[in-house]
Amino acid sequence: MSRCLAERAIDHVVLERGAVANSWRTERWDSLRLLTPNWQSRLPGFGYDGDDPDGYRTVPEVIEFIDRYARAISAPVQTGTAVTSVRGADDGYLVATDQGDWSCRTVVLATGACNIPDVPAVVASLPPGIVPLTPMQYRNPRQLPEGGVLVVGASATGTQIAAEIQRSGRPVILAVGEHIRAPRLYRGRDIQWWMDAAGVLDERYDAMDDIDRARRVPSLQLTGSPERATLDLNALTAMGVRLAGRLAGISNGTAQFSGALRNLCALSDLKMNRLLDAIDAWAAANGVDGTVEPPHRFAPTAVEDSPPLTLDLARIRTVIWATGFRPDYSWLHVPVLDRKGRIRHDGGVVASPGLYVMGLQFLRRRKSALIDGAGDDARDLSGHLATYLAGR
Amino acid sequence: MSATNGQVNNGVNVQALIDARAALTEAPAAAQFNWRATCTWKNGTHSHSTVKGFFGLGEEQKHKSTFSFDADHPEVFASEDHGATPVEFVLVALGSCLTAGIAAVAQHRGIQLRSVSATLEGAMDLQGILGIDSDVRNGFSGIKVTYDIDADASREDIKALVAQSQKRSAVYDIVTNPTNVTVEVK
Repeated sequence: MSRCLAERAIDHVVLERGAVANSWRTERWDSLRLLTPNWQSRLPGFGYDGDDPDGYRTVPEVIEFIDRYARAISAPVQTGTAVTSVRGADDGYLVATDQGDWSCRTVVLATGACNIPDVPAVVASLPPGIVPLTPMQYRNPRQLPEGGVLVVGASATGTQIAAEIQRSGRPVILAVGEHIRAPRLYRGRDIQWWMDAAGVLDERYDAMDDIDRARRVPSLQLTGSPERATLDLNALTAMGVRLAGRLAGISNGTAQFSGALRNLCALSDLKMNRLLDAIDAWAAANGVDGTVEPPHRFAPTAVEDSPPLTLDLARIRTVIWATGFRPDYSWLHVPVLDRKGRIRHDGGVVASPGLYVMGLQFLRRRKSALIDGAGDDARDLSGHLATYLAGR
Repeated sequence: MSATNGQVNNGVNVQALIDARAALTEAPAAAQFNWRATCTWKNGTHSHSTVKGFFGLGEEQKHKSTFSFDADHPEVFASEDHGATPVEFVLVALGSCLTAGIAAVAQHRGIQLRSVSATLEGAMDLQGILGIDSDVRNGFSGIKVTYDIDADASREDIKALVAQSQKRSAVYDIVTNPTNVTVEVK
């Protein structure tokens, strides 16, 4: 957005509570790699120029990438500046920070969708002696006591953490709710390549039948590894991870799991196969068939005959809450939140003139929450912002 | 029903239950039951279910007759209201299971019942099944059962009856604890 504003000669400042790429520096586990391949992190006027376009960046590499971009575009970043409140003012907004106040005509909220781990209330029923950890607190398996681990949530975060903890010798039981299965590679190409090429990632928010639902879809079960391996539930089962249904409750030291695991897995398999069908149809229609491997389908998700419904928590030393995140708007004192605390916006144009938001799930396009989605959204929203300023 | 010869009679053959318990302890395979129902769509939200055969005591068994049940939704849901809603059947199942249990436990404990009636309420936020709010569950947010019991027993003993009935109730277990459900299409 800073780059797009600069192109339009709109005077602006970027406020950063820590250093550039702060959340990548402070809120990620050690082994994490980006879930999208190197070539896919395309920012306005900036792309990947290394020799491993199909690889996945480590966290230090992501930090270096964002840092380099900030310098390349000479972004006017004021680091070490924590915003404490944003409120309406006579001629725009008053932004208070721990380094003094700013008055501005427009504000772009680029604080992201993942500020607060969404830990369910049932955490209060955990027996004493069990360590609860959010993905933001988790760094690596060595941080955990020896013994069993319950990982709650089987989207990208839960599956990756479950795999590396299981490999560390700590037996993992994974509570699986609604999840989106996806292969890392299909017909020899990265699934992200297919979704990018076939236009799936460019699908627009205003073309969706139910955008609220599309915005709630969990993250794809992907991992970025040098082996370009698929990390679905079958892969986790093969490693020895035990699958259970959604965590339904905890009482008297026993965790209870939903009996609907089989259906959630069947739904996810159906959904994945619909995506693969769409990819095959696109490949056939666009002359790609000859350049890639032939179509095939993956084995259905294997679910044991009677998945566990209960778990004696005496066997568990750690619970990881991979149950999602939500944005933190505690500092936003503009009446733009709905009754569930979500920001009301139309493709990033917030329901308060001159206020914009970026980086949320399916904000304007399916790719909006990816690094690769920031460019197109910034081009659109900076255009709207410029028109707004010109019309005042 | 009234007590005869100083004996408590709630119409429950406790001796038969005790004998069955002893027999099934010896032959656990005979304790494996399989309950069944069929359900056929009629029109709209109206369906017709029947209950006839079941498996138990090592062989096929049959009810004395075929019982049938119509389920539908009420007119406020733009349905034709041919029967109770499926969730009301759940309340019916819970109430009848707990009430049968109360009679049996009372018989076993020598408590004469004069009247037992229960009111069941299931609270539900329709924002769940309508997909309005993903944080709202589809099912009941809670079930409340209120018993009105007249019996030859102290209030404490009646409360203990009701508590024991919940402890041994199949339907109470089904609605309070998770169950693996497998749905297949032929």
